[in-house]
Amino acid sequence: MLSSVNVSIESLNLMTLVPMLIPIIGALLILVIDLFKSEQDRSLYVMLSLLVLGVDFASLMDSAGVFSKNGTVTGVFDVMLIDGLAILSQFIIVGASMLFIPLALTHKRFHEFSYPEFFALFLFMIGGFQFMVATDNLILVFVGLETASLALYTLIAMHNRDKSFEAAVKYFTMGALAAGFFSFGSMIFYALTGSVEISQIATVLSANNYADIGFVLIGVVFLLASFGFKLSMVPFHTWTPDVYEGSSAALAGYMSIVPKIAAFVVAMRFFEFLIHSGVVWLEVILYMGVVVTMTMANIWALVQTDVKRMLAYSSISHAGFVMAAILIGTTQSNSALFLYWILFSFTNLGSFSMLWISRQKNLPVHQQSDHSYNKFAGMIKTAPVAATIMALFMLSLAGLPPFGLFWGKMYMISSAVTGGYTVLALIMALNSAIAGYYYLKLIVYMFMRDPIVEDGGHIYSANATLPLKTIIGIAAIGTIFAFLAINKLLEFVTAFVYNSGY
Amino acid sequence: MLDHILSILIFFPALAAMLGFVVHKDSMRSYGVAVATIEFALSLWLWFAFDSTISGMQFMEQIALVPTFGINYIVGVDGISLFIIILASFFTMIGIASLGETKDVKNMIITLLFLQMTMAGVFAALDAIVFYLFWELSLVPMLYIIGAWGGPLRIYASVKFFLYTFAGSLVMLVGMLFMAYFYFQATGQWSFAILDWYRLILPESFQLWLFVAFFLGFAIKVPMFPFHTWLPYAHGQAPTIGSVILAAILLKMGTYAFIRFSLPLFPDASVYFMYPIAVLAIIMIIYTAMVAYAQKDIKQVVAYSSVSHMGVIILGTFALNVEGISGSIFLMIAHGVVSGALFFLVGVIYDRRHTKYMSEFGGLAHVMPRYATIFGLMMMASVGLPLTINFVGEFLSLLGFYKQSHVLTLLAGTAIIVGAIYMLSAYKKMFFGVITKDENRNLPDVNKRELLALIPLAIITVWLGIYPKPVLGTIDTSVEAVVSLMHEKAISKEAKSRIPNIANETDMTKNSVEEAH
Repeated sequence: MLSSVNVSIESLNLMTLVPMLIPIIGALLILVIDLFKSEQDRSLYVMLSLLVLGVDFASLMDSAGVFSKNGTVTGVFDVMLIDGLAILSQFIIVGASMLFIPLALTHKRFHEFSYPEFFALFLFMIGGFQFMVATDNLILVFVGLETASLALYTLIAMHNRDKSFEAAVKYFTMGALAAGFFSFGSMIFYALTGSVEISQIATVLSANNYADIGFVLIGVVFLLASFGFKLSMVPFHTWTPDVYEGSSAALAGYMSIVPKIAAFVVAMRFFEFLIHSGVVWLEVILYMGVVVTMTMANIWALVQTDVKRMLAYSSISHAGFVMAAILIGTTQSNSALFLYWILFSFTNLGSFSMLWISRQKNLPVHQQSDHSYNKFAGMIKTAPVAATIMALFMLSLAGLPPFGLFWGKMYMISSAVTGGYTVLALIMALNSAIAGYYYLKLIVYMFMRDPIVEDGGHIYSANATLPLKTIIGIAAIGTIFAFLAINKLLEFVTAFVYNSGY
Repeated sequence: MLDHILSILIFFPALAAMLGFVVHKDSMRSYGVAVATIEFALSLWLWFAFDSTISGMQFMEQIALVPTFGINYIVGVDGISLFIIILASFFTMIGIASLGETKDVKNMIITLLFLQMTMAGVFAALDAIVFYLFWELSLVPMLYIIGAWGGPLRIYASVKFFLYTFAGSLVMLVGMLFMAYFYFQATGQWSFAILDWYRLILPESFQLWLFVAFFLGFAIKVPMFPFHTWLPYAHGQAPTIGSVILAAILLKMGTYAFIRFSLPLFPDASVYFMYPIAVLAIIMIIYTAMVAYAQKDIKQVVAYSSVSHMGVIILGTFALNVEGISGSIFLMIAHGVVSGALFFLVGVIYDRRHTKYMSEFGGLAHVMPRYATIFGLMMMASVGLPLTINFVGEFLSLLGFYKQSHVLTLLAGTAIIVGAIYMLSAYKKMFFGVITKDENRNLPDVNKRELLALIPLAIITVWLGIYPKPVLGTIDTSVEAVVSLMHEKAISKEAKSRIPNIANETDMTKNSVEEAH
């Protein structure tokens, strides 16, 4: 006869689940509304999602307050782990989602936004990502990852273009492979250590002094491959440009930020102990991954003829750049990662939104793709404000001071310098110089060529409505005036990262 | 107001540029001139209020920017930067005032005002990151000026200009971050303030690496010999105003940064690299002079001659003594005035004939006597005729380097003769002889608007050539401080002996005076 399990509710610390449950409840609410009265306007769903995310953000601020007072909180049989990393990354996830969701209110109607399921799936996805970052249990990471990814595949497919289905299927296949790798890697570590919790794995491995280094390496390779797919690290990046091209520009921008920060946090938790274990192989593997990702993606980006594909490759390169933080593995570098990613979300969401507002429903004859460089030729003459804002985002992405991303870049390179990775610092700097070229190319097209499209600049903001303009305005202000906020951000981020022990 | 005069100098043109978007395009020219004149008046006021007996920084301002990471907005001015700031605002003023017929004149003036902000910022910044910020930001307006108003190859030229400088400065950024990290290791505090860095004494091996990192950024900007290939393209394609500002001010950022960063931060490395850099500088002087001789295009002649003279500036800087460094700073101003004026003059003839080939001209002295006179004066100044502004700078630079090496100085001296050859032959081709082309017979002489720019430049050329003391004295005071700082900081014996000890010298003269009594 088994004795009954007695668990007191207090010890479960269910409050740790609140931030994840909010979007899930919100998603269910949207489905219920649809059940009772369907055919509602999309603005209702957008605003509901925004409200739900606002509540989510508020609850995160609450847990941030708890964290800065009491330190790391665990709950639900120690599966949930609310530390600084979890809170910071959730801030980025929810914040970027709040910037993304109003982009659905376009001037032209795109049919995916008329389905309530789109918004429900979107909120489920956010819940999934939040679970993924707020735990060090590999199984819960897996569950969160799959919840989020499956929702995301569907979101991509709902955009009605031939290429969207291709993109969704491609992403799904690659994602499934990554999931397989992930579970296989986790299995190896479970076999080695008898635990699926990263902290436990670390303790057991260092206790037996990495005796089974061969198996550890195999496990690392599997996990690195699965992170590689999620973070689009070279050579696992092949899906990225196609998927970005197939999905709507807004969603592509979103995909370049939110899934990646979630994956970065998991990678940070996982590689933190491995990097400090002194196993040279691990470092070499990661080092190569970082350098190849940044450099190759930059070189591919040089030859693109479509701005969206260029931005896709550029976001791969940025991911490689940021991956360096995990390789360096100091408090400064981990703080730099978050700082970089916060600034990157503003700039990158802004630049993808600029593409989004210039989206045409049907392609004109002379244009091969949605956002070819030619389309932007001579934009300064026909739409000066839009051209200036776009140029601003490009300069920020290139890392020109005083715009947002410069500070992230500088702090990241500084962390490489401080961490003793001099060559890496130089490679990072030179990569920024290479990247300068393709960002500049768009500026050259916009400012120095003569217009090809003759319709008075209407196409550049064909899709613009007040909500979209507001989002772009927020992104632009965040990019220009970042230098005023850097100090506060840096203190905040460093405190959170440091207090979580990274 | 004087407490904040530097910030006003930096941000006034930027603010004016923002407001300029509202001004109607017909009134834009007057607006631009008014703003630039106010800016120039402010910079003159700065000179007036400047105490030339103090060698250190004046009008310092400090605002915390990212204090956790040691980044602060710090600006200040000393004898080294004062005159370059004045020169920058002066060139912006006469540049806008004499702007010829240009398309999109409104955008051009707004861009020039932004450029003025970045120029004032670079020379006033005393925090490495703030310096870097303005340094990088100055690329954008120039990119736009070349790319939007330039010649047929303008896009290639502007992108090349941008990428070259951008790549170099990123390496420099890594150097700055290292420097800040060493400061952090030494003191436990992050700081990017240059004056803090001055107090840090680094081991020689570190100095060498950091020197190289900074050198790359600066040398591309100057541009020094193997990195100079972007400049002829930029000059060849840029509109007149772009070339003028580029040659007169933007190139000076590199040579100024050598004096502000490389010398006082890395005295041992400066001595270590003195000969290699001097050799590069002499190659640059001779090689570009020879290239200039082979050009058919008058603007390329002026462009290469401008590179050639930048070599003399570098040589003077790396003389590492007071004569050389003061001379090179003076030559920066002289070079700015003279090559700026020469580019203006090329622009004058280009506006009339829309060609820059010397073979298209000939006998212009008959048709345009006033133009020929001013051109002749500027050309003589460029060659280094005594009693013109360039002579003072070149003479002092070479005199300074003569103390380090006789042979190299002699080589550089002969190169100046080569300079005379190509300049005089270019002048002969353009102005003397009979008029061969009919188009040239009825060319109008320089008009009032052009004289507005050229006359002040001609006056400065002669005035400072005859009586350089008001400028040179102020420069000297600050340079002495830099040199004595370098001598104190130097570790190796070699460096101690190469960099003169000013404190001792003055003591000795004092002693000898006392003994005589």
